[in-house]
This record gives sequence, C-alpha cells and structure tokens, in this order.
Amino acid sequence: MEEKRPIIRLDHVTKRYGDNTVVRNVNLDIYEGEFFTMLGSSGCGKTTTLRMIAGFEELSEGNIYLENEDVGNMPPYKRNVNTVFQSYALFPHMNVYKNVAFGLVEKKMKKEEIHEKVTEILNLVQLSGFEKRMPSQMSGGQKQRVAIARALVNNPKVLLLDEPLGALDLKLRKQMQLELKHLQQQLGITFVYVTHDQEEALTMSDRIAIMNNGVFEQIGTAKEIYEHPKTKFVADFIGESNVFEANVSEVKEDGSLKLIMEYGDMEAYGDGFEQNEIVYASIRPESVKCSLEPVNGFNIRGMVKEHIYIGSIIRTTIELPNGQLVKKCAQPDDDFKPVGSLVYLHWSPDKTVVMHTNEDKLYDLIDAGE
Amino acid sequence: MEKKKKKWRLNKNFLPGLAMVGPTGLWMIAFMLLPLIYVIAISFMTKGLFGGVVWTPTLKNYQDIINPVYGKVCLKSLKIALLTTLFSLLVSYPFAYALSKVKKRWKSICMLLIMVPFWINGLLRLNGWVTIFRETGPLNTLLTKLGLPALNFMYTETAIVFGMVYTFMPFMVLPIHTSISKLDSTLLEAASDLGATKLHTFLRVILPLTFPGIFAGSIQVFIPSLGAFFISDIMGGGNTMLLGNLIKNQYLNARNWPSGAAFSVLLIVFTLVVMQIYTRLGGDMDEMV
Ligand SMILES: Nc1ncnc2c1ncn2[C@@H]1O[C@H](COP(=O)(O)OP(=O)(O)OP(=O)(O)O)[C@@H](O)[C@H]1O
Ligand SMILES: [Mg+2]
Repeated sequence: MEEKRPIIRLDHVTKRYGDNTVVRNVNLDIYEGEFFTMLGSSGCGKTTTLRMIAGFEELSEGNIYLENEDVGNMPPYKRNVNTVFQSYALFPHMNVYKNVAFGLVEKKMKKEEIHEKVTEILNLVQLSGFEKRMPSQMSGGQKQRVAIARALVNNPKVLLLDEPLGALDLKLRKQMQLELKHLQQQLGITFVYVTHDQEEALTMSDRIAIMNNGVFEQIGTAKEIYEHPKTKFVADFIGESNVFEANVSEVKEDGSLKLIMEYGDMEAYGDGFEQNEIVYASIRPESVKCSLEPVNGFNIRGMVKEHIYIGSIIRTTIELPNGQLVKKCAQPDDDFKPVGSLVYLHWSPDKTVVMHTNEDKLYDLIDAGE
Repeated sequence: MEKKKKKWRLNKNFLPGLAMVGPTGLWMIAFMLLPLIYVIAISFMTKGLFGGVVWTPTLKNYQDIINPVYGKVCLKSLKIALLTTLFSLLVSYPFAYALSKVKKRWKSICMLLIMVPFWINGLLRLNGWVTIFRETGPLNTLLTKLGLPALNFMYTETAIVFGMVYTFMPFMVLPIHTSISKLDSTLLEAASDLGATKLHTFLRVILPLTFPGIFAGSIQVFIPSLGAFFISDIMGGGNTMLLGNLIKNQYLNARNWPSGAAFSVLLIVFTLVVMQIYTRLGGDMDEMV
C-alpha cells in the first residue's frame, strides 16, 4: 500500500428500513489491495453496509463509488465485486465445477478458458479432484472453499465476505483465517470482511472499522485501535479495558492532564482537551499496577477483591470505594498483593487513553429524540 | 432371553399399530383392492347376451383393443392430456411464482381463490363455462355488440383442453408453489452477484431448482386428464371420444362390461407407466399434494 488509491468510496451513505435507521451517514474509503474488516456487535449494520456495496440493498441516501464510478443504482450483476455468503449459497443442483464456472459462463467465456481458470482456482483453494462432487456431499469447510473459489475465479476488483467462517468450528476457523489472509496477499485483491469476532479482525486485517449502531466509531489499523481507542465504545469493544469518567482539572503546558474522578485522581496525556471537560479515561488491564504506597500523580485507592489464575497470568479485581471494579492482569510475581489488601492503583500516564464524551452524549440525545 | 424380550415388545406395539392402520387398511382392501381385482378379472371374461358377465375366460376383449379406431382414441387422449399439462404449466408457473412474491395476507386470499372452486361441483362449474361460451351466450353477444367476430369455441378440442386446464390447474399450482417457496433467496442473490441477469437467474437457477414441483404437478395433471370423461362430454358436446368416454360407453351404453374393464386396465397400465417414468427420473412421491 505505497500509494493509496480508494477502490470503494462510501459517500454519506444512509440506509433506513421504515423509520429504523440502520446505517447513518457513513463516509468511508477502502483502498486497493487492502484487507478491510468491518467489526461490530450483532445488528449494528455490517451486513447491510456490505449488501449495499454488493448491490443487494438500495441506498436511502448517499452514494457508492467503485473505482470512481458511481454504482449507487447499478444492479449487482453489473458490478465488478463478488460476495462470499455466510451460508455459502452454493447452487445445490450443480457440482463443484459448475458452481465455480457459473460466473465465467455468464461472461460467455470459451469452454477451454473456463476449464483452465476453474482448474487453477480449485487448485489454489486445495480442492482439485472435487470437480464432480455435489455441494451436499461436502463438509462445511470444503463448501466454504468452493464459495470462495466461485467468487475469486471472476477476478473481482473487490471481494466481499460476510462472516464467511461463522459456521465453522474453532480449529477450522483458525486454519481458514490463515488461508484467506494468504490468498488475499497472493492475489492482491481487496477484501472487505465482516465479522463480529474481534480476534479474527485483529489478526487478519490491514485496517478495521469498528461499527456501532450504524456508524463507524473508529477506522484504523489493529494497533491504532487497540492502543488508541477514540471512543468509549471502541475501548470497551476491543480487548478489555477499565474506563473511568473524569473531569479535566488541569491542562499542563507539557500536554499532560490532571484528571479527577469520583474517587481519586490521575495523570494522563492527551491533545485537544479543555479544562473542566468531562472525559473518559481508559486503561488496559495489563497496564494497571498496584502498590502499598501512593505513587506520584496518582491517587486511586481500592481493595483487592479476587485473584484468578489463568495459566501463567493472574487476573485481579480491585474494588474502588464507589463499587467500580478495576481489572488488572499481570505475571503472578510482578506486584502481587493478597486479597483484602488496601492498595494504590497507578500506571504509566502515557498508557491512559483519554476520550471526549460529548460525541456519545450527542448520540444519546438523538436516540432519545427518535 | 433376547428373543423373548423382542417378542414381548412386538406384541406391545402390535395392537396399537393394528388399531391405527387397521381401519384404513380394511377400507383400502374393501374399496380399492377388491374392485380392482374384480375389474381385472372381468376383463378376461365374456360379455353376456344382455349385458352382465359370463364367467368364461377369453382374451377377446384385449384382442379387440388392437383396432385402429381405438388406437386413434388413445392417441387423441394422449394428445389432449399432454396439451392440458403443457397449458396448465404455462398458466400455473407464473401464477405460483407471483404467489410466492406477494405479502402473506394476499397469499392466503389467492390460495383461497384457487381452493374455493373445489368446493363446488365440477359439473356445475363447467356448465357455467358452457353458458358463457355458447354460440348465443353473453360472450358472443358482447363481441358482436363491439363489432367483433363471434367465437365458435364450444364443442371443439380446444374447449376440452380449456375445460381440463381449468379443472386440473390447482394440482399444478400447488406443487410448483411449494417448490418455489422452498427456494433459498440467497441463491438468487448469488446468481446475480456472479453476473446473471434476471432471465439467466431464472433459467439457470430458479427453473432447475423448481423442477421437482413442475414434474410432480405435470404428473398430477396428466394422469387425471387421461381418464376424465365428463369434461370432454360437456365441453366437447360428445363430439370427441377420449379413453375415459370409451370406458364409460362400454360400461353404460354398450353394456359390455368385460370390454370396458379391458380398457380400464389399459388406462391403469398407462398410468403405471407414467408413474414409473416419474420415479425412474428421480421424482419424489412426497412432492405430490
Ligand atoms: N430487510 C430488513 N428489514 C428491516 N430491518 C432490517 C432488514 N435487514 C436488517 N434489518 C435491521 O437492520 C439492522 C442491522 O442489520 P444487519 O444485518 O446489517 O446487522 P449485522 O451488523 O450484520 O448483524 P449480525 O452480526 O447479527 O449479522 C438490524 O437491526 C436489523 O434488524
Ligand atoms: Mg450480518
């Protein structure tokens, strides 16, 4: 991705079903050759967005461009994108060969050429020798491969995948994740991938869009999203984190902030925050430390409530005076304090992610108004 | 030990089983199997002088069938049954397809519209058509008033086919509708996604996948139209002799029961052959309504 060329552009796309707005005013560029993932909880509008790109759903507002061409009103069969359906959607009356050849036959390609391409792609998805099999005679993983081959053989500009591994067991899933990623790198085709499995998204994607309630909360690489979540939703959704509501009591010249919470205060870094602004401060459990003495800049007291050993890691829950539970995880011998100890929580201030709250508040208002 | 246990179990299930199947079984034996055996039996007997059956075995009834006149009747019956099947299909498929697309409330209304005529005697309904189509009927009156040529439709083969299509269409609509409703809509999206236009999606995906319904419907229209006599009597005005009419005539007019029985056996054989073809080609009896 040296030069970034948008291959798909969503321009103020909105989708409504009756009064129910499912996708809200989404703007998005997907670049050529990237593995782009839409991640979000159930019902947030991922499938709907993907179906609008494929052409199965009409847009309520906005437009979609494929390679700068307006495809908003183009029927699916004219768009140079292909879809891998969650349910595979293999034609039950056709064998593997005919399924894969379906798109090529539509393109009126010559028989020999079709044969060559189908053979090649079946080889690529490791299904050579399965040409004569009917879909009903194949396992889930094999069907999935046929579905992928059937889409890829058309050499689409973009491949759309809607939870393609959702129906597979964990082991096969892991294996197929690697294979898919491999295929994508090998072919250089843009993948737009939908999943609600964050681990899958984090391991496979070049960029991830976190979707919530019809909007993209954040778009970025796995690292960016994990380390610098922009909203409380993202911080909560990706990995685990402790989120505190706090008031900015002081903005220092070196960019550091003094945050005051209901019980205690802390130091953090962040740009663009104002004094007296209400913010969320988020910290990952693995960054949380505790000591018996107060640490400079921090004053958060709590009581160790519980230890859980998970392999070589120990997960600790610490309760604050207001009842909020703080999660901490660490190696057992790092700074272990027995259950019942009164401790001071602290961490390195640059690990804190500070987020504006007003955006969330605004959405709450809109939702309440509807 | 093992054996004893098994026997006891069999006994336990035997009585309830008999109670369930027994009445139907008796019914079938009394009203299906026995008459059938009787028909087959008298087809090999001699005709009595004043009707009735003389129990002297003979093959004469079957030898009589091999006669160009009867051959023609058989061919005509086949032709009309085939035409009926074809036109029922052409009318029913779009109808069944539309039925699967409409909203639920409309669907039940449409279903009702198909089923309601069934509750009225077929003879009455057909005579209704006769009234409409007859030479001086309302249709022709209307046509002449509009300055159009009058239709001379009644008492032709076309009228018979019309009557048969009208009578047997539900048998075509229902199985087709069933197989269209079973169609997975993501398959249609997949076809479209792979570049197929609406027409190609229909030809390459919808049609082959609804073929079981077409097949089952065709059989269910073809078989009764082969044997039906009252439709050709009413719509054909007795001008057209079909296999069904022939059988009826042999029994009731000529009072030649053995000959009528022989033709009945011929019709049964026809039917069995068609059913055999159906199952051989992979048709499923469960597709039938
Ligand atoms: N055809 C439709 N008519 C009305 N509402 C719909 C329709 N399709 C989807 N919705 C609604 O739109 C919202 C988003 O649906 P969508 O299928 O895009 O969710 P998703 O993010 O893919 O969820 P999941 O992870 O469960 O697949 C849901 O609330 C759903 O109820
Ligand atoms: Mg979905």
